Amino acid sequence: MSLITPDFGLLFWMVVIFGIVFFLLAKFGFPVITNAVQKRSDHIADSLKAADEAQARLAGMAEEHARMIEETRLEQSRILREASESRERIIAQAKEDAAAEAAKLLDHAKVEIAAERESAIRDIRRQVAMISVEVAEKIVRKDLDEGDGQLALLDRLVEEAEQAQIPN
Amino acid sequence: MLSAQIPDQVGDDGGSVMSGSDRASEDFDVSEYLFGHVGDAYEWHITTINEKEIAIPLPCIVIENGVHVFTLHHAEENGYTLNEDGKLVNAQTLRRPLDISITKNVLGLMIDSLLLVVLILLCARWYRTHDVLKEKPTGLAALLEPVIVMIEQDVVKDAVGPEYKRFSPYLLTAFFFILINNLMGIVPVFPGGANITGNIAVTGVLALFTFLMVNLFGNKHYWKDILWPDVPIFLKAIPIMPLIEILGMFTKPFSLMIRLFANILAGHIMLLSVIMLIFLTAAMGPVLNGSMTLIAALFGVFLDCLELLVAFLQAYVFTMLSAVFIGLAHQHPETETN
Repeated sequence: MSLITPDFGLLFWMVVIFGIVFFLLAKFGFPVITNAVQKRSDHIADSLKAADEAQARLAGMAEEHARMIEETRLEQSRILREASESRERIIAQAKEDAAAEAAKLLDHAKVEIAAERESAIRDIRRQVAMISVEVAEKIVRKDLDEGDGQLALLDRLVEEAEQAQIPN
Repeated sequence: MLSAQIPDQVGDDGGSVMSGSDRASEDFDVSEYLFGHVGDAYEWHITTINEKEIAIPLPCIVIENGVHVFTLHHAEENGYTLNEDGKLVNAQTLRRPLDISITKNVLGLMIDSLLLVVLILLCARWYRTHDVLKEKPTGLAALLEPVIVMIEQDVVKDAVGPEYKRFSPYLLTAFFFILINNLMGIVPVFPGGANITGNIAVTGVLALFTFLMVNLFGNKHYWKDILWPDVPIFLKAIPIMPLIEILGMFTKPFSLMIRLFANILAGHIMLLSVIMLIFLTAAMGPVLNGSMTLIAALFGVFLDCLELLVAFLQAYVFTMLSAVFIGLAHQHPETETN
């Protein structure tokens, strides 16, 4: 039998059929599939790379975050320190001011008091002088008026003096 | 292929109970049985029930002083007859006309090719209508994609090298074409069963395509290697090496042709021979026949599994070697010196 002699008819049809199959599949079949698969595997590769980058960036961000927290803490402690310093300074200043003011007031008061005393002394002196003058006047007036009435005059003078002394 | 003869046997057994058991084995023509199954034919014989042949008539197309189209039953009326090889010849001159009949193998080729084209185009349609970045392949695409990716990435890309994209459609087509024809050859009933890839004309055309793919797209370095190889000058002065290299151009696809043809044909013949045991022992009494039937069935299952493996393996080997030959035609000198 003609197993190893190729038959022309079959050769002819095989060329035609395989040619058509090849044309159809190479034009509309396999490239579509392989390109789609290629696209997907590219996409997967890209996605993996992007994920890697994102992870790296995330790690960087965590580092940045920690650094920022640290910075903030330093800043906070600095501010607190400054605040306490300035508080103390203000308090000291206030104390100083208050002391100065108090001294000033005290001086002022002393001056005032001195002035008051001076004026009071002056007043007393004047009154004493006036009283003395009055007393003297009265004594003199009585003496001059009548001699027998001297005792009554003295009594009255003492009485007046007592009365005058009480409101004083 | 397998079941084709079995109803025959059932019919014969029914008769042999009455008419004596020796008739079946005397009637059994080994050569006709074997070559009837692995060979080509002008009609697609399906089975014979009670001496009545059930066959699909196929158009015989003959070009000799015009085109003649007829079925085998009307061959005589058209002046043609079959020669001892079972081929149509002119009844008067006994010469072969130009015969492009749609034979069993041609019809099988057409059916398998149609099936292949439909399968691959449906698969391609999935990729056209779906966003490959958002959905995973389903159905046919999920079935075919791993195979396509395996062939393209592991076979074509590795063997051909950086220019593999140009050749992967051909190599994928060759792989799936051989695979589907191999597999359909194992199926015993009608759309399958034709011994297509076990036919030398079919494998010859496949090898021819590989030959063209290798030599039409070979680079400068490939041709230099053939016509003026890096060997001592006396081997080139009398062109021994170039002759050997040119011979090599043809032996490579030739080996592809023979390998595929022989493997598939041998598989079919092995399977047929095992099944044949049932019919050969039919005359030797029910005990022997029964036990041989059991053995033949078990061996048939084993061989069918083996043929499934061979069907894939031969398609794979053909594709891989084609890819290697194409890759050899695309080598660059710097990669060769490494």
